[in-house]
Amino acid sequence: MIALVSFVSGLIFGVGLIVAGMANPAKVLGFLDITGRWDPSLALVMAGAILVGLFGFSLARRWTISLLGLPMMLPPTRRLDRRLIAGSLAFGAGWGLGGICPGPALVLIGAGVAKGWIFAAAMLAGMGIFEILDRCPLGRIAR
Amino acid sequence: MSIDWLHFTPWPSFGGGMLIGLAASMLILFVGRIAGISGILGGLLRPRRGEIGWRTAFLGGLVVAPIVWRAIATLPEIRIDAGWPVLVVAGLLVGIGTRYGAGCTSGHGICGLSRLSPRSAVAVGCFMAAGFTTVLITRHVLGI
Repeated sequence: MIALVSFVSGLIFGVGLIVAGMANPAKVLGFLDITGRWDPSLALVMAGAILVGLFGFSLARRWTISLLGLPMMLPPTRRLDRRLIAGSLAFGAGWGLGGICPGPALVLIGAGVAKGWIFAAAMLAGMGIFEILDRCPLGRIAR
Repeated sequence: MSIDWLHFTPWPSFGGGMLIGLAASMLILFVGRIAGISGILGGLLRPRRGEIGWRTAFLGGLVVAPIVWRAIATLPEIRIDAGWPVLVVAGLLVGIGTRYGAGCTSGHGICGLSRLSPRSAVAVGCFMAAGFTTVLITRHVLGI
């Protein structure tokens, strides 16, 4: 049941990305081109998602256990540290280069787009590099 | 700055956004987990018992979405102008950056902002600013 609900949630998420236009990297770059000819569509994707999410997460905040009996795993940390800022800046730079973030990358795999596969492979490699760096003391960015 | 009215799609984007919000709400209310794609993927690279099934199922749903779509209708246009060397650099930055920053557009942008998390608001500000700046440099300074 947990796997089924997770699968359906992923499916709806993916369909949402396609409907919203976020599975098209050229459109995402149109949104990020705020100083040129700006396509504001993606601001509305965020607005629509957060509008619905506000209801879901305000309920979730009051629960200690999920509908399927699992503990609620809401992130406990509130710390603003160097890792958060440096990491997010690096992510934004990569997002601006390709117009692809992790969710759409997976949709592009399913769509069978060769360039999407290249991006996704590099992204997974990047996550692997993080795992290696984060486990050796030298690679850890101080907080 | 000028608005690109030709490509502006307010209703599909808003509606697609609502579907994304629905999916994220579903995952947190039923499974108790944040629908952050980079975190879900990253967790599979550090596998722990009980953490593999739901992650694989959720990511599977994302990958299958365009396949289901194509079985019913034609997929909308997907255009990637960047060449593969740029995509490799972009992918590496996205992979490393989202793991250090503990989230991406979904985890911080949608779930975090829906939770009114100040930490996520800072992350969103950082990756949006970096995204805008990168496009400004590549398109308007370097003219690629």
